[in-house]
Amino acid sequence: MGEARILLRDAPVAASGADEVERKLSVAELLWNDGFVRKTVIILFLAAVWEAYGVTLDNPLLFPTLHDTIATLYDRVKDGTIPMRAWTSLKVLFMGYSAGIVLAAIFTILAISTRIGTDFLETVTAMFNPLPAIALLPLALIWFGLGNGSLVFVLIHSVLWPVALNTHSGFKSVSNTLRMVGRNYGLRGLPYVAKILIPAAFGSILAGLKIGWAFAWRTLIAAELVFGVSSGQGGLGWFIFENRNLLDIPAVFAGLLTVIIIGLFVENLIFRAIERNTVQKWGTQS
Amino acid sequence: MALLDVSGVTLRYKTSSAVVTATERVSFTVDKSDRFVLLGPSGCGKSTLLKAVGGYMSPSEGRMTIGDREIHGPGADRMMIFQEFDQLLPWKSVLANVMFPLLTARKLSRKDAEAKARAYIEKVGLTRVVDAYPHTLSGGMKQRVAIARGMAMEPDILLMDEPFAALDALTRRTCQDELLQLWSETKFTVLFVTHSIAEAIRIGNRILLLSPHPGRVKAEVVDVDKVSNEDGGAGRLEKEIHDLLFAGEATAH
Repeated sequence: MGEARILLRDAPVAASGADEVERKLSVAELLWNDGFVRKTVIILFLAAVWEAYGVTLDNPLLFPTLHDTIATLYDRVKDGTIPMRAWTSLKVLFMGYSAGIVLAAIFTILAISTRIGTDFLETVTAMFNPLPAIALLPLALIWFGLGNGSLVFVLIHSVLWPVALNTHSGFKSVSNTLRMVGRNYGLRGLPYVAKILIPAAFGSILAGLKIGWAFAWRTLIAAELVFGVSSGQGGLGWFIFENRNLLDIPAVFAGLLTVIIIGLFVENLIFRAIERNTVQKWGTQS
Repeated sequence: MALLDVSGVTLRYKTSSAVVTATERVSFTVDKSDRFVLLGPSGCGKSTLLKAVGGYMSPSEGRMTIGDREIHGPGADRMMIFQEFDQLLPWKSVLANVMFPLLTARKLSRKDAEAKARAYIEKVGLTRVVDAYPHTLSGGMKQRVAIARGMAMEPDILLMDEPFAALDALTRRTCQDELLQLWSETKFTVLFVTHSIAEAIRIGNRILLLSPHPGRVKAEVVDVDKVSNEDGGAGRLEKEIHDLLFAGEATAH
């Protein structure tokens, strides 16, 4: 019978190590790894294509060049038209968005506390979620008249269902262990929802808020195209519609560009920042 | 006067097609500073029993009291420590996780809660990662945080549901030693569930053996802390318990 032996190996001499353990990336590689840089390159490319096509076509009534559009955008921003119109749109959007979120919160809290509430939420979301909010506008005009009331109504419709649906499915997927931890501390009712369920389901809630925002923004601009003037001050959709009637196509493009820029700003800066500081920091979403 | 008194407890739960009896007329008492282990093969209802003591389900027969109070629903006088790593709140740092029950259940001021939390985090040796978020910690560290969180509340009893079962063998061993070290410092009372005989002998001073389907008390092992590893006493006890638990099985098959 033998005995096991331990053979110690000498540590490798540091200087003789031919393979590099770590290599610094070059500046070009570092830049290319940055998603923001790559996307900027794509945007510059698209801008170049736009400009080239606009110049070749040479018909500002059909397709103005990029620099015409930018110039118009600059003028209209400087004379305060576009900021004012955008502000009008955003004010209405904010009203509808927050009202939709409050209603979604009430619906989902009812849904998690009673079984009939769950059934109610599931049935109602299944019915109304596929219905485009803009399809309710004619009806809203009869009920609430020309004005912000109708806009807020269709906005609520476009925000409420996706937010409620996502929040509810987020609540349902909170792990049983976390629920038991919360109850162990004697939490129940609203404090339990606020301190355990909402943070635990925050990834889903945020996804719902993003979808709700996207729906709401599109719905609002579309609704404003149908009617946009209330108390003499229209929003961005109305601005686009108005300038089309005046055949000021560069201004139409400038309006569209503003819609895109505001959309990008909210999605890529505001929601991204919230994600970075919450779900990504917590490691619950990559 | 026993701290925890479980007498004649029958636990039943409903599945979609049947009512399952998890434990039948189980009685035991836990005294202050006991390290009381519930041991048995899977299906003996030991975890269900622990959940009932935690207040998550109520017995269909029998009664459970802690101190002099009957157990109705979960409460912070019985802190649960789970097997799952996701028992830490992922949106809170280690410090905030330990402070959370002190603030919400114990209603301490922020300053007192933080001082207490830091003290217990130091006890489990995690001062280094006090500001880290749970997803950056290893499994063993997460369980240590959970233990610190439970102990910081200074509950009447700590309820541990196989807290080391999901750890690798080396880490499990360290965690067991640390738990004993912590016990010798503060002499807390713990009700510990495991399916490992070796772990039961290492951790407990009393072991309740449960037989499965449904869970019934088979025996109680006392003075477990008197056996030692050196003279092979622990090994012999392990074999005896094993034979006792699986005695019926050899004839049944």
